Amino acid sequence: MRVKRVEPNTKQPQTASKVDLSLMDPLITTLRKKRGNLIPILQGVQRIYGYLPEASFYKIADETGLKLADLYGVATFYAQFRLKPVGKNIVKVCHGTACHVQNAGKISRSMEDTLGIKDGETTEDMLFTLESVACLGCCSLAPVMMIGDETYGNLDQKSAAKIVKEIRRNEK
Amino acid sequence: MEHIQLTVDIGSSGIASGAGKVYDHLRTIVEKDNLAVNLKQTSGIGMCYKEPLLEVVDADGTYLYGDMTPELAEEVIHSHLKLNVPLKQYVVHSNRIQSDHNRFLDDQIRIALRNCGVIDPEKIDEYEQHNGYKAIQSILSENLSTENIIQTIQDSGLRGRGGGGFPTGLKWKFAANNVAIEKYIICNADEGDPGAFMDRSLLEGDPHAVLEGMIIGARAMGATAGVIYCRAEYPLAIKRLNIAIHQAREKGYLGKNIFGVTGFDFNINVKEGAGAFVCGEETALIASIEGKRGMPRKRPPFPAASGLWNKPSNINNVETLANIPWIIQHGASAYAQYGTEKSKGTKVFALAGKINRGGLVEVPMGISLEEVVNNLGGGVPNNKKLKAVQLGGPSGGCIPEHLMHTKVDYESVTATGAIMGSGGLVVMDEDTCMVDVARFFLDFTRKESCGKCTFCRVGTKRMLEILTGITEGKGVIEDIDKLLELGEQIKKNSLCGLGQTAPNPVLTTIKYFRDEYEAHIIDKKCPAAVCKQLLHYEIIEDKCTGCTVCAKVCPTNAISGERKQVHYIDQEKCIQCGECFNKCNFDAISVS
Repeated sequence: MRVKRVEPNTKQPQTASKVDLSLMDPLITTLRKKRGNLIPILQGVQRIYGYLPEASFYKIADETGLKLADLYGVATFYAQFRLKPVGKNIVKVCHGTACHVQNAGKISRSMEDTLGIKDGETTEDMLFTLESVACLGCCSLAPVMMIGDETYGNLDQKSAAKIVKEIRRNEK
Repeated sequence: MEHIQLTVDIGSSGIASGAGKVYDHLRTIVEKDNLAVNLKQTSGIGMCYKEPLLEVVDADGTYLYGDMTPELAEEVIHSHLKLNVPLKQYVVHSNRIQSDHNRFLDDQIRIALRNCGVIDPEKIDEYEQHNGYKAIQSILSENLSTENIIQTIQDSGLRGRGGGGFPTGLKWKFAANNVAIEKYIICNADEGDPGAFMDRSLLEGDPHAVLEGMIIGARAMGATAGVIYCRAEYPLAIKRLNIAIHQAREKGYLGKNIFGVTGFDFNINVKEGAGAFVCGEETALIASIEGKRGMPRKRPPFPAASGLWNKPSNINNVETLANIPWIIQHGASAYAQYGTEKSKGTKVFALAGKINRGGLVEVPMGISLEEVVNNLGGGVPNNKKLKAVQLGGPSGGCIPEHLMHTKVDYESVTATGAIMGSGGLVVMDEDTCMVDVARFFLDFTRKESCGKCTFCRVGTKRMLEILTGITEGKGVIEDIDKLLELGEQIKKNSLCGLGQTAPNPVLTTIKYFRDEYEAHIIDKKCPAAVCKQLLHYEIIEDKCTGCTVCAKVCPTNAISGERKQVHYIDQEKCIQCGECFNKCNFDAISVS
C-alpha cells in the first residue's frame, strides 16, 4: 500500500527557522479560493522547497482552511510528494517493464554501491538522492536513469557509476 | 536553388538521446552561414530506436536520417546542399531508397498519429494547415445535431483506447442524455503503465488534435468545461498542452462564444497528476482532480450521471480523443474500413523490450502480433528466440510465442488471458524469466494498490510473497495452486480495474509457462538464469589460470586457491553475486 509510515524519530528537525515560509505566500494567494486547490498547492510548495516541510502544512491549513488531516492524507498517498529534504541531484533509476527486462536491477545496485546509500535515501553531503521510478518513457533506450533534467540511456553498471562519479567531482 | 526542409524530431525520447543538441547546432550553422534551408521542429514520428532523427526534404525526395549527432547532422546538410546527394549510410527511411527500415513506417496506418512527426506541435497554424479544427468548424457550419455527431462516432465503431474498450459513442450518449447546467469532459492522460508512452507522444506531437476532440465532445454532449488530467512526470507534454490551449484561446477556439457561435462556451484546463497509477481509473481520477486521495468509489452512479463535482462527466483517453476529429472529417465508414467486426479502426502501440525497432506504431486492428513484432519491429535482436509478448502492462498478460498469430483486437487478446490495455507491448526473449516478470508486475500493483479493498491490498502482498519465495528457491509445489486461488479471489472481490486485473500477469504466466514455475520450485533452477539466488557458479578447471582475480573480488571469501593453481568456489559461502563471473578474463566460470 502507498501509505508511508509516520516516522517517530526526529533526526532531521524541521524548524520554521530553516525554511523561509514567506516564499509560499504568492502561491497561497493565487490558489486560496480555487476549487480542488489542495494538490496544486502541495505541488507548488514542493516546487519551492524540493519537499514538503512540516511547517508548510500548518501554514497552508491556517491560511486556506484546508484540513491538516486531508493535507497529510494526500501528501502520503501520492508518490510525487516527499516529506524529507532531498539531495541536490535526484538520481531516478527507471524500473519500467522495458528497463526491468534489460536488467535495471543491476543499475540500481551499482548506484547503491557507488553512492553508499539505499534506494530512497540521500547522501550525507546532500548531493544525491537515489530513487527508483516506474517509467521514464524512454523505453527504447533501456536501461535508463535520469539525473536532474538529463536522461542517460543504454547504461551498464560501469557507465552508470561513471556518470555519478563525474557529477560528484564537478560539484567539489 | 530551392530551399530544402530540415526537420528535427524533438519529443521526450528524442531529447533523451540528444535531439535538442542536434537542433541547436543546426540552428547555429544555418544562421551563421545563412544557409538556404528551412529548419523546424516536430515531435513523435515514433522511430525511437534511431533517435535523434533528422528529416531532409529536397527537390529529389524525402530522407529521414537516424542516430544523428550535431557533427553528423552538419555533414548531412552539407552533402545535400553542396553535393546534392544524400548520405545513404545514415538514411533510415526514404521514398528514394529501399531499406528494411521503411517497413516500420510504411506498414502503419496513422490516424491518431496523423500529425505526429509532421507538424510543429507548438504552432497552431501548422495544425490548421493539416486540416486542423476543420472538423469542429464543419460541425458548426452544417449545424450538426448532438444526435448526428454521436451517431457518427457510434457508427465508426471507435472504442475506448485507454484499455477498457467501451464504445465511445455510447459513452457520449449517456453523458449527453443527462441534462445539467454544468457538465464536464475529462481527458485521461494519466498514462501510468510502465512501458507505455503512446499518450505522451501524442500530447507532445499533436496537442491540438486532443483539444479539438474535446471541443467536438463538448458540442456533442453539451459540456461546459474540460479538464486534461496529465501525469506530472510528463513536463514536455504539459508545456505543449498549455501552449496549445493558449493559442486556441487567442484564436477564439476556446473561451466564450467559441468559433463565433453565440452561447458555445467551452474552456480547457490542465491538471497535473501527482503520481498514482490508480488515478487512471475514472472515479479515482475524479477524486484526484477534486484534491482528494485518488481512491476509486463504487459505481453507480457512473460519472456520466454524477462525476466531477457531482456533475455529469465524460472521461476519454488521449488516443480516443485524437481520433475524433479525423472520424468527423472523413466519416464513420472511412474509420470502420479498418479493423475487425467488433474492433474497428487502428491502435497505437509502444514497442519496447527485446526488439530491434522499438518505438511508437499505429496499426489497423486485426493485424497479428507476429506482424507487429517481426514486420514493423524487426524481430528479436541478437538471434535470440522470442518467448512472449506482454500486452496491457501490469493489468495485462504474457502471450506466448505459439499464440503469436493472435489478432490484435479486443476479443482475441482477451481470449488469451491478457488485455488489449492502453498499448504497451513489451517483447521478451529466452533470457527473460517469466516468474520474475510476474513478480515484477505484482510488485508494481502491490505498491500502487490504493488500499481500499482488502483483497487487492492484502491479496497482492501475499501473492508477491509467494512469488518472491519461488524466485529465491523457497517455493513448494502447492504455491502454484495458492497463487491461482488468490488470483481469482482478488479479481472477484476488488472494486476497480486495478484489483480486477492485477493477478493477470501471474495467471497468464502460470497458464503458459507452468514449466518455468515448476523448474524454480522442484529443480530449484531458473531456466533463463535471471533469479539470482537460484544460480550456481562453478570454476571450469581446464580454463582457470589461477590469476586470483576472482578470489580478490569475492565479497564473502568463498573462492580459494593458490596463485597459478586452479581455484574453487565454496558453495556454502557463495551468495551468487556474480562478481567473479563478471571479472574473470578467461571465461573460466560457468553459471547454471
